Amino acid sequence: MDRPKSISRRRILAAGTAGIVGAALPIAGQNPDQAARPKVPVDPTKVQGPLSTDVGARSPFERPKRLSLGERRTSSLTPLQDLDGIITPADLHFERHHGGVPAIDPKQYSLLIHGMVDRPLVFTLDDLRRFPGKSMIRAMECSGNGGRVYRREGNQTDLTPQQIDGLTSTSEWTGVPLATLLREAGASPKATWFLAEGMDAAVMTRSIPIAKAWEDAMIAYGQNGEPLRPEQGYPVRLFLPGVEGNASVKWLRRIELADQPFMTREETAKYTDPLPDGTARIFSLDMDAKSLITEPSFPDKLTGPGWWEIRGIAWSGRGRITRVDISADNGRTWKPAKLDDPVLPKCHTRFRLPWEWKGGEAVIMSRATDETGYVQPTFDVLLAARGPSTAYHFNHIRAWKVMADGAVKFAGAGA
Amino acid sequence: MKRLAIVAAVVLSVSSLSAQRLGIGRVATPDEIRKIDIDVMPDGRGLPDGKGTVAEGAKIYAAKCASCHGATGQGGSAERLVDRESGKNWDFATNAKLVKTVGNYWPYATTLYDYTNRAMPFMQPGTLTPDETYSLVAYILALNKIVPEDAEMNRITLPAVKMPSRDRFVIDNRKGGKVVK
Repeated sequence: MDRPKSISRRRILAAGTAGIVGAALPIAGQNPDQAARPKVPVDPTKVQGPLSTDVGARSPFERPKRLSLGERRTSSLTPLQDLDGIITPADLHFERHHGGVPAIDPKQYSLLIHGMVDRPLVFTLDDLRRFPGKSMIRAMECSGNGGRVYRREGNQTDLTPQQIDGLTSTSEWTGVPLATLLREAGASPKATWFLAEGMDAAVMTRSIPIAKAWEDAMIAYGQNGEPLRPEQGYPVRLFLPGVEGNASVKWLRRIELADQPFMTREETAKYTDPLPDGTARIFSLDMDAKSLITEPSFPDKLTGPGWWEIRGIAWSGRGRITRVDISADNGRTWKPAKLDDPVLPKCHTRFRLPWEWKGGEAVIMSRATDETGYVQPTFDVLLAARGPSTAYHFNHIRAWKVMADGAVKFAGAGA
Repeated sequence: MKRLAIVAAVVLSVSSLSAQRLGIGRVATPDEIRKIDIDVMPDGRGLPDGKGTVAEGAKIYAAKCASCHGATGQGGSAERLVDRESGKNWDFATNAKLVKTVGNYWPYATTLYDYTNRAMPFMQPGTLTPDETYSLVAYILALNKIVPEDAEMNRITLPAVKMPSRDRFVIDNRKGGKVVK
């Protein structure tokens, strides 16, 4: 049942020739298969290998890459199709920034907490690391994720999981609960919101209900066992489990407590959701349950009929995923997938289901359910609730079509 | 017995860590708070002294903003700022051609001050004086026909400006469960 290694190599080749993922480009005029392949000994048992190194690197045969978007490269997408399990390697975690990635000296860094508190406090990075800490494995998704397929922009068949939904990633985050710092500063019981402010060129700001601080907000300094990557907010960021990524302000310099929201540009002009009734939802922070099959997916080509494992990720901003159902007949019948341990709240959950492809065309899709009983909706249901040009939160069911020759294409909301 | 008591005391002091202050960090001085406390709230809290006019704003806009946002805020390499007419029916969810602007979408005028002050001009963020920022805000609001051509913006007049879309925004009512909203 293990997927043949040739699949991932084929991904690299398809990417090089079609310009899809931006992986290794073959040298012109040569056999692309030969040109792209690193040189290795014919028989590794007959020669001593290289010795240990200070910092490791991926096998030269594996070249997962983020995909940057826009002229200004203000975001990049995680190559979901290249990942197993639930953890996103830190250098492949998606990015979204509004003023570039600032360079910050951790020795110069400080965090101010003020506003409706008994005593405004300043913490250095060492101070923050001294507090009782915590680690948690949680997903983060940009609420703009999936907009391209919701709005059906451009080509809608030759899309990889990365291109469709690459603005979601999972890490083990380490830091100090924001609640601990609020107690330290003596938060007023009358404070109902807090402002988080970054020290990037956008001086990014968002207002968050203070209940989130008491629930599970974290002031994070660690990601997957090491300090945060610069793109993820080095040296310190806010991390809000289950909440749209923009609110987890990076390069955090200031927290201010208040009795009303600040109504910053991002939370009014940008991250709001127009609805068909002529209103717009504001502070729509929670991410609805969603799932995506990552294998098989475009540009895979199944080598022949037989058993294949359907694999993917599911997550919900409201808690644990309780089930993922798979259909291999365009949504007519469904079978529950197996969920890999651990199944964590507000986190990517890996699902898998063996599937016998009998040849011929087949449309496969996944449907997530979370612990609130929310079921990932079809495109038509979401469209009716939100309207065709709403701006964020695109979590409808996604489909792939396996063609008669084994080629896999994105199939939107189903065929 | 004595040992048991010691163990109990240690456990107690450890378990009560989360409820008490630890004395880590230092008290911030009013001066260092003032230096970075730049936010402006809808009721005007946080607005500095100073003032600006539409005419003055037009000059500053031409010099510092027009190259990206267009000569009269119609947009360019950066987003469109002006258009109050389109979107009057607020069909943003169903009309893909509508562009959100300060005039047809932004609910609070104070946000325009806050954002311009903190993040603009894009290549020289945080360099505008309060008078320059008030002037630019006055100019952009006037281009959107929200304030008159002779308006002066300051810490009293700006929060009193009611934006056309102020009452269009509703708090998130999604809660999970069976209903897709």
